[in-house]
Amino acid sequence: MNRMFAIIEREMRKFFRSPTLMIMSLMMPILQLVIMGNAFGGKIVGTRVAVVDYDHGPQAVKIREAFDSIAVNLKTFTTVEYRDENQAREDVRTGKIDGAVIIPAQYSRRVYAHDAPRVGFVVDNSDQFTSGSLESEMQLVVDALSAPVIQPRLATSIALEVVELYPYVNYMKFLLPATIALAMYISVMIGGGMLYIDDKARGVHEGYLVTPITKFELVFGLNTAGAIKATLSGICLTVIGSLMAGLGVIFHPMVLLELLALILVTSIAFNGMMFLLMVRVDDPLVPRAMFGVLNTLLFYPSGAMYPIAAFPAWLRAISVVDPFTYCIHGFKAILLKDGGFAAIQFDLLFLFVFGIGTLLIATPLFKRTL
Amino acid sequence: MHLDQNAERPTAAAAIAVEHIVKRYGDFEAVKDVSFSVAEGEIFGLLGPNGAGKSTLIRMMTTLIPLTGGKAIIAGHDVAKDPDAVRRMIGVIPQALTSDPDLTVEENLNIYAKLYSVPRAQREKSVNEVLEAVDLSKWRGAQVKTLSGGMRRRVEIARGLVHNPSIFFLDEPTTGLDPVSRIAVWEMLDKLRATRNLTMLITTHYMEEADKLCDRIAIVDHGTLVALGTPSELKHNVPGANVVEVHFDRETPEWQGRLEQLDGVTSVQAESAGFYRVLTSSGSKTTMQLVELASQLGETVTSLSVQNTTLDDVFVHYTGRQLRDEQVKPAAFTMPPRPGAQP
Repeated sequence: MNRMFAIIEREMRKFFRSPTLMIMSLMMPILQLVIMGNAFGGKIVGTRVAVVDYDHGPQAVKIREAFDSIAVNLKTFTTVEYRDENQAREDVRTGKIDGAVIIPAQYSRRVYAHDAPRVGFVVDNSDQFTSGSLESEMQLVVDALSAPVIQPRLATSIALEVVELYPYVNYMKFLLPATIALAMYISVMIGGGMLYIDDKARGVHEGYLVTPITKFELVFGLNTAGAIKATLSGICLTVIGSLMAGLGVIFHPMVLLELLALILVTSIAFNGMMFLLMVRVDDPLVPRAMFGVLNTLLFYPSGAMYPIAAFPAWLRAISVVDPFTYCIHGFKAILLKDGGFAAIQFDLLFLFVFGIGTLLIATPLFKRTL
Repeated sequence: MHLDQNAERPTAAAAIAVEHIVKRYGDFEAVKDVSFSVAEGEIFGLLGPNGAGKSTLIRMMTTLIPLTGGKAIIAGHDVAKDPDAVRRMIGVIPQALTSDPDLTVEENLNIYAKLYSVPRAQREKSVNEVLEAVDLSKWRGAQVKTLSGGMRRRVEIARGLVHNPSIFFLDEPTTGLDPVSRIAVWEMLDKLRATRNLTMLITTHYMEEADKLCDRIAIVDHGTLVALGTPSELKHNVPGANVVEVHFDRETPEWQGRLEQLDGVTSVQAESAGFYRVLTSSGSKTTMQLVELASQLGETVTSLSVQNTTLDDVFVHYTGRQLRDEQVKPAAFTMPPRPGAQP
């Protein structure tokens, strides 16, 4: 057992002697959190919408007033006067404006006559975020204009009352669980995968193999050290990320305990997976080449960015065996929902079994000789 | 003495006994039926060019790669049956630098002391002793990456000795070192043998290293042990006491025959165009005759050197060629151009 601790000691001394590893394993996820959290989290503002008014009637004026109200309050868009519908379409196509509202001739008369009045809206749907936001604003305007001037005393239509269980979750908060998982993955990839193969290629392992250390001691020494490094990365990113995203939940002792448990089993799972992948690799280029592929293969199917329910069947199959899925689900349950151990017990179980399972497969594959 | 491999039987007191050892990689036989033994306290050299099978041999003896056939007994333990017992008895310095460059000298040694289960009470004393032995005491706190190549090699040697092994394996311990560092390592190994009663097995492709350090040398080529003996025994087996190396300014086919007819010459080897190695019982006599002959024939001798028989000549004698990675020795002196000769 002392020999196992000697391996851990060597790995940890090396880890703290080269802070670059620690910094780099945190840098990319933090940058991602800051940039993506701010880039995707905000509402669309300051777009330009053309108004082509062929009606000039009182109902067309009401539409323009509604647009002016949006321009002043929500600031989603400002309006630009156009006389020619074709020119407006062309300018949407070329990106000079983001949308065009066409108010046809006789629009006001049709409104008064209840004769299926229509307003045209031309959008650039190659940018779904902007077009979706504009469409949503336009729909609100149209719904408001369609509402009866005098409301009926008794409501006759069905209304949906939404109860939000949690405070508003901005995009940075939403992204934080995925960012913690990513930081731990990078730590394992560099600290476990790349350094392991580099040491092998440099002959450091040859030095170990001529000592009486057993295969078990060597494998578990290397993996325990890898898991400790990933745990440290996970703790750092959880604290830094939570503070940046404004999640005060981490200051509750019980939550801290849940987070620590999840970080620990995630470290074991990621490290076991990485060791299994690298156990027979000798070429230092392999882990570097695998870095991006594995990242894409594990990160995106996990539900980190998009809900798994929207995936096709084959992608869902990947997400079922992907340890990222359970890690991110667990972090969301703790950080965003304060769900307690009950919400993460399956995640903990899966990650622990996955980690131990991969290690048990990797151990016999590990060669005690060169 | 040309080796009859089966004649080299391990003795009861042998620290290392290798019997008919074989290593195959698919169809390729890297080591072919090699047998030898090394007595306690002996420094034994495996000499051969790169790719001869020296490292494969040492790796089999140090449990790093499994044997395909044969038997290796190290310190009384069978490598195949009891590798852990072997590992406890040996210190190994592989070709690669295995110490961690980010850790200090002392940290590296401490970690290896733990890997060898050196008791805590003894660890500090042991580390101090080996640091003293390799003259690195004042560098104990320096990160290995800050040390010179020669010092790093000394760290490796200290690392291999930290558990006080009885047998020390060194795989090309001076490869990549400058001549000064190389000599320092030789002196250190010599001192270690004297103070620690170590049995050492060294692989090298440096003739001088084998000659200076080893009590006995085995010449290995293409996985086969082609000769074994003390350096002087091996040299005595080469006909001729001196080697004359001569370079003519142009190649003439008749030179081989003319050189063979000189007094005392036992063999002549054409190395390259106009360059010959002449083994002779009297270097001075042959040199005089050679210069006279060249003068009579109007030929120009561009360089000429006379040396005693070396392990180089032993290697050439047994394998029919020079060590592949060794360069031809520089001439001892260069003949001035003959007056009137074309440049």
